[in-house]
Amino acid sequence: MSGQMNKIEKQSWQCCKCKIPMSPGNVKITYLGNDFTIELLKCPQCGLTLVPEDLAVRKMLEVEQSLEDK
Amino acid sequence: MDHKQLRELEEKCTQGLPPACTTTCPVHVDVKSFLAEMKAGRFDGAMKILRKALLFPGIISRICDHPCQAACKRREAGDAVSIAALEKTCVRMSSIPPERISILTKKDKRVAVAGGGLSGLTAAFDLATKGYSVVLFESKDRLGGSIWDIPEEILPRDVILEETAVVANLGVEIRFNATVGENLSLTDLCRDFDAVYLGAGRYSQDTFNLQTSREGRILIDPVTFSTSQEGVFAGGGLRTGREYSPVLSHSDGKRAAKSIDRYLQKVSLYASREDEGPYQSRLFTSTKGVEPLSAVVPADPVQGYTREEAIQEAGRCLQCECLECVKACEYLAHFKGYPRKYLRDINHNLKMVMGAHTANKMINSCSLCGLCEEICPNNLNMGEVCKNSREIMVKKGKMPPSPHDFPLRDMQFSNGEMFALARPEPGQESSKHLFFPGCQLSASSPEYIVKTYSDLRKKLTGGVGLMLRCCGAPADWAGRKEHFLEARQEIVRLWNEMGKPCFILACSSCYQVFQNHLPEIEIVSLWEVMDRLGLPDVSTGKAGAGKVAVHDACTTRQEKHVHDSVRRILGRLGYEVEELEYSREKTECCGYGGLMSFANPELVRKVIDRRIKESETDYVAYCAMCRDKFASRGKRTFHLLDLIYGGGNSHLAEKKDPGYSQRHENRARLKDKLLKEIWGEKVEKAQGFAAIKLDIDDELKAVMEERLILVEDVQRVIDYAERTGNKLYNKDTGHFMAYHRPVSVTYWVEYSPRGDGFAIHNAYSHRMQIVGEVEK
Ligand code: SF4
Ligand code: SF4
Ligand code: SF4
Ligand SMILES: [Zn+2]
Repeated sequence: MSGQMNKIEKQSWQCCKCKIPMSPGNVKITYLGNDFTIELLKCPQCGLTLVPEDLAVRKMLEVEQSLEDK
Repeated sequence: MDHKQLRELEEKCTQGLPPACTTTCPVHVDVKSFLAEMKAGRFDGAMKILRKALLFPGIISRICDHPCQAACKRREAGDAVSIAALEKTCVRMSSIPPERISILTKKDKRVAVAGGGLSGLTAAFDLATKGYSVVLFESKDRLGGSIWDIPEEILPRDVILEETAVVANLGVEIRFNATVGENLSLTDLCRDFDAVYLGAGRYSQDTFNLQTSREGRILIDPVTFSTSQEGVFAGGGLRTGREYSPVLSHSDGKRAAKSIDRYLQKVSLYASREDEGPYQSRLFTSTKGVEPLSAVVPADPVQGYTREEAIQEAGRCLQCECLECVKACEYLAHFKGYPRKYLRDINHNLKMVMGAHTANKMINSCSLCGLCEEICPNNLNMGEVCKNSREIMVKKGKMPPSPHDFPLRDMQFSNGEMFALARPEPGQESSKHLFFPGCQLSASSPEYIVKTYSDLRKKLTGGVGLMLRCCGAPADWAGRKEHFLEARQEIVRLWNEMGKPCFILACSSCYQVFQNHLPEIEIVSLWEVMDRLGLPDVSTGKAGAGKVAVHDACTTRQEKHVHDSVRRILGRLGYEVEELEYSREKTECCGYGGLMSFANPELVRKVIDRRIKESETDYVAYCAMCRDKFASRGKRTFHLLDLIYGGGNSHLAEKKDPGYSQRHENRARLKDKLLKEIWGEKVEKAQGFAAIKLDIDDELKAVMEERLILVEDVQRVIDYAERTGNKLYNKDTGHFMAYHRPVSVTYWVEYSPRGDGFAIHNAYSHRMQIVGEVEK
């Protein structure tokens, strides 16, 4: 899944707490006991991440549903 | 419900079973497919189908006594399809050569066949292809037996010679002028061969010293065709005598050959032979509304049908099938199959441990409405199957979480402190009655609850208590038995506490739940109460108020007294009642039942659109969800209370579904209002996240509704982000972005401060969890 999930919106988001720009990094996500690593924008310091809308409502939804029927 | 029961249920559905023409045909020609090919003008394809059942198609098609036609369903709307004439036409017009016949490996067993008529030839044919050494003894010097008595114009001699020659080509040894009982004894045959088939024909008087019936005919077992002597089988004219039928002889030969094969292989002669020979079809086929058509008469009766005539005549075949429930239920049609097939899929789905459970969505999409049971000639209820399947899936931990998560949380809300309430009437110690409006009517039309409760208190003595909460239907529909039982238990506890009042139910789904699962509680529908006690003063009838079409709720399908009360109320209000084609016990579900709308939103739109097209007249529903569903797709629909308390004001029929967030809000406000106005209690103002003011435009509201995101979910995200500082900032747009996962869904909100609240720019969610994220 990782290969398809790394489309990251180039937006100028920054972490409010750490006051530094977000940059691409690996993030672990999990559903129903299945773990995946995907590339997302995240805060290099505290690790706060950003899941873009498109990823959430399309690819993630698809994967969620296929895992639910496993 | 186990796998065996599922298979038994499968048997209830007759769709896909052979139609009457095929089951009446002794050799079970696939008449339906044959006629479909003929209708399409594919005569070679039709010929191939004939050859599957007829070993001598040239002969049989010309002389068949066609018992199939007497059973043809077409007779209920015109003449039977001229099946025999079409078979004849097909054989005449198709030039496709027969396929090569393959012969199984040679076996070391020898079979004697006595008689070269149709049954003997058939038995010899089948046994030879099974690999046996077959010797055929024929008393004359030609093959065919009594078919030579048929006039040449009907059965040309070259056809007999050509088709009977096939048997010799299969390696059958033929001895002419050999008559068993004359120049050949049965004892000799039994000594020289491993099995014997007697097909001596209808004129044979000989009984070969075998046991006979009182009429003096050889005793032949009707299933196996065996005689009193082991290894000796008989059939054809010997069995049928004067009722001789060529196609039945053909069938006898096949069935006897099957027995001989089993006998020589030493396996059971009787096992699974129910559907051999002619039998009654179980397939139900409705001919309602089928335009009657008479048979096509060939312009030249001697020659028979022309190509065009044959195509036309074959076109009269109804292509018999049942599908009654599929025609009535959009859900069953949606998955492109029928219950027999669905049951197989469900059985497979429940059995499977690993791999894709492809029937999950199908199981969760049914509205559980029970219409299919009313329609099906064998009363198969797919709703029950789907509900049981859901319970099994939950029990095995195989239920996907997403389809039912939202409605279950909605139920939790209604049974939580924001809505749940149980009080006796103010100033009354006990409650003889209790008004239970249900969570959905309270969410759709809270104003009517207050009015109804006041009226009930005026009209009923002995105290009318009030209970606000959810009956538990969502958990029941979701197959969450334990979850449902918890909700049930709480209702029973409160009922006991309040002195076991009779529940007055305004919602049809509640009515069904109480009826099925809370038998200890006495219930009555609000409509019956209003029917009996009279309507409130505000709603005095004005004759000629207009016409309305009643949509009965599927959850009160069997409650005739409720249907009647509703109609009497409408009459008293001055309305003329239009009955929809599907009404009362045959009513359709609006799409809310069984949580269909959460499992399959696409299907729900189809279900609603089908229902609302049934009449141009304004609808009246007596379930809040039915009303809101229809209105959401543009159908003018009243709730019965709109006519009672709203004076039937035209705009009420167009009122929009309030949406999920507003439903919560309406319930909470209703509780506050009742507490304040009826019990005189002070209600505290919203605090914490619920006090956060949001500005959301209509477009985003619609998106959130579709994504099942509530205003309170958004408030929680902002509350969390603002408290913890866990948020992102976009310096180009000035927007903040934050996420929060209260339980099983992660919500994302893009927002910016506005006035004393926040403007919301986007909201979305996912169920996957970001590992390491802060849970709070
Ligand atoms: S009504 Fe439906 S379930 Fe019943 S026999 Fe026909 S196709 Fe099968
Ligand atoms: S209408 Fe067609 S399918 Fe039905 S019984 Fe007659 S021939 Fe068979
Ligand atoms: S219960 Fe209702 S929705 Fe389900 S299959 Fe039967 S008719 Fe269709
Ligand atoms: Zn940070």
